[in-house]
Amino acid sequence: MRALNAMLSTAGTGFLTLMSAGAAFAQDRQVGPTQDGWYLQEAATPVMEELTRVHDIVQVIITLIVIFVVGLMAYIMIRFRESKNPVPSKTSHNTLIEVIWTVVPVIILVIIAIPSMNLLYMQDRLPQTQMTVKVVGNTWNWLYSYPDYENVEEYVSNPLDETQSKQVGQPYLLATDAPLIVPINTKVKVLVTSVNNMHAWAVPSFGVKMDAVPGIINETWFEVFEEGTYYGQCSEICGINHYYMPIEVKAVSQAEFARFIAGGGEVEDKFAKLEGGAAVSAAND
Amino acid sequence: MVAISGEDIPVVHDDHDEKPRFFERWFYSTNHKDIGTLYLIFGIISGLVGGFLSFMMRLELMAPGIDIFTNEHTYLVFVSMHGLIMIFFMVMPALIGGFGNWFIPIMIGAPDMAFPRMNNLSFWLLPVAFICLMISFFVPGAAEGNGFGGSWVMYPPLSTTGSPGPAFDFIIIGLLAAGFSSIFGAINFITTILNMRAPGMTMHKMPLFAWSVLVTAFLLLLALPVLAAALFMLLTDRIEGGTAFFDPARGGDPQMFQHLFWFFGHPEVYIMILPAFGIVSHIISTFSKKPIFGYLGMAYAMVAIGVVGFVVWAHHMYTIGMDVNVKAYFVLATLVIAVPTGVKVFSWLATMWGGSIRFTVPMIWALGFIFLFVVGGVTGVMLANAGVDTYLHDTYYVVAHFHYVLSMGAVFGIFAAWYYWHGKMFGYHYSGFLSRLHFWLFFIGVNMIFFPQHFLGLNGMPRRYVDYPVEFEFWNQVSSWGAFVTLASVVVFFLVMAEAFLMRKKRKVGNNYWGEGATTLEWTISSPPPYHQFSVLPRIDGGDEDHAH
Repeated sequence: MRALNAMLSTAGTGFLTLMSAGAAFAQDRQVGPTQDGWYLQEAATPVMEELTRVHDIVQVIITLIVIFVVGLMAYIMIRFRESKNPVPSKTSHNTLIEVIWTVVPVIILVIIAIPSMNLLYMQDRLPQTQMTVKVVGNTWNWLYSYPDYENVEEYVSNPLDETQSKQVGQPYLLATDAPLIVPINTKVKVLVTSVNNMHAWAVPSFGVKMDAVPGIINETWFEVFEEGTYYGQCSEICGINHYYMPIEVKAVSQAEFARFIAGGGEVEDKFAKLEGGAAVSAAND
Repeated sequence: MVAISGEDIPVVHDDHDEKPRFFERWFYSTNHKDIGTLYLIFGIISGLVGGFLSFMMRLELMAPGIDIFTNEHTYLVFVSMHGLIMIFFMVMPALIGGFGNWFIPIMIGAPDMAFPRMNNLSFWLLPVAFICLMISFFVPGAAEGNGFGGSWVMYPPLSTTGSPGPAFDFIIIGLLAAGFSSIFGAINFITTILNMRAPGMTMHKMPLFAWSVLVTAFLLLLALPVLAAALFMLLTDRIEGGTAFFDPARGGDPQMFQHLFWFFGHPEVYIMILPAFGIVSHIISTFSKKPIFGYLGMAYAMVAIGVVGFVVWAHHMYTIGMDVNVKAYFVLATLVIAVPTGVKVFSWLATMWGGSIRFTVPMIWALGFIFLFVVGGVTGVMLANAGVDTYLHDTYYVVAHFHYVLSMGAVFGIFAAWYYWHGKMFGYHYSGFLSRLHFWLFFIGVNMIFFPQHFLGLNGMPRRYVDYPVEFEFWNQVSSWGAFVTLASVVVFFLVMAEAFLMRKKRKVGNNYWGEGATTLEWTISSPPPYHQFSVLPRIDGGDEDHAH
């Protein structure tokens, strides 16, 4: 699995190179789905690392089970075909084997359940978090705010359309005009709710997916290791633009985050450096 | 598995029986075989409609960008209706209504179902329901267009304030009708199986298909009223100034709907797969020329799956923000289901072990079923882990998983049954070449569609998306090419039917055209069976249970 991981992260680098090549001012690494990928996204948090590990354990076990069953089936089909074995046996009982194929699966399930439970409690039990962000699902964009910092106003994160995404060198249907900004190496509590339809705030590389339910405040947490831009997508059907409410999280250094907060939540306008940027930006507000 | 000594069974020639004229026969029908045929025809028609919807979805997803659908809402309508139609109007009518009606009475040695007229009502509620669903396509749903686009799960508030038009009301009415149809059917099957078995056929000598339908009927009887209640609550919630069961602004709870829905929805997936389990057991046993291995284990594994199936529903809702201990319970309970399921798979293999296996057409469908069900089953073990499911929930991984067990599991069960009982139902055989071609095209096609969807899900692609980032293009394209192969296989299926019909005079079959391995009661009567069978009840051999299976 480690080899597999290495191979796949190479694929991930391919994605990054591709993205930055087209970028006017690609500032940092971007983590999202990999081009034509067939494995989990890169792990950016401890929870996602653990999730990847549990996934790999289960994946190995279930692959072995499929190989075993298919191999056995193939053997039986060849060994006991009519031309080879014209006289069928009459056996229809074997208590020992029946006990074995009941007990062995139980043991396998216990082997799966132990790491699975560890992951579950790690993911779900909030550690001592250092700051809080509030995420509100709206049809069809996300509202972000920082309850700890009163000087930062709630802001809307809208998707960038195809042209705008190209302009800023970010992937279409993943890029937004205003990402959620969080500091690295900080345990961040996320409060998730909705003001109308249900949505789900999901960032795969964080191992986070939490439904945004009107009238209910859900909580989860993450801690990002490295600076970069991390992408996710709405993951609960919410109407016509369900596919068009991406999630973009920008993890910055703690110093930069402090500047962001001190500046009242002002972020660099992605379009400022582009010609006619202001107009695009205004149209997007 | 049931020992029947030929001499003991009175051979009854009911050929003098008079069939009613066309209209009475097919519209007022109370004959279980005619109703079974109606259900099968209905299932085929719904399957075509549902299949068309999914084919259009695959066309749209073939490349990034919105190419086929001019309105994204229409895409969501297709997604929602594909699910509802395939579940309620294709798989359930075909497996339970169709093959259940046709063969349960015959297999247990009964002349007909317990309540023939209720049987008629069960069937005719379905076309009514189906018409309601069809109407909903063409009436306003959401602000953005006609039809209901809230997926088959119908979660509020998207299905209440999010879909104000009458389209969803038509769906509610339609599903209530379909639900009552199933409840009546369930009552009928339970009564028939418990009370009308031939003399000497104890529960433990009953064919496994009868066991599977009995368990299914209990699941239907317990689960569908919950769906009906939830649908009624949605209906009254949707009325302006009506109730507020699911409206948080007035003290309601949208999560409660999900609990109600999945309390029905999880047993529902076993409702779809259990009858296929029963059918596959008979086919494996017939063509291995061996009695089923571990008959009691097989029967009680189905009972266990049915019981445990009722206490695992929230594994569909790991991301709604449940307490972690509740999640832990649902993880463990869900994993438990793998045990009886494993018993079934290994018992099928053990039935084949030592057998004299004939690779007939129904047999290859049954073997295909086992393979696909195992693949779909093990990804279920992956998804059961709430921690990992946080990543995979609502991604294409889930789509791949449940299509492996349903689109391929249940549907392979349906086709296996179709080719197993074709001669029995219609009295003539089909072309071996064409039906094998059908199998291979379908097998390759569905694997091509759904296997790459695992990769899409692992890479993070969410479900119910009309457009996707370019990173997901390649596997979506492969998946869509699979849809073309599957389409070709559907064409071949119709060729099989047409060719068989044209050749019906030359391919007449006898009572037991599968030979020594076929031991259940339907093989003791003519093909097709007389209009009314068993006017003298068959007698099942005495002898101890060990002898019987």
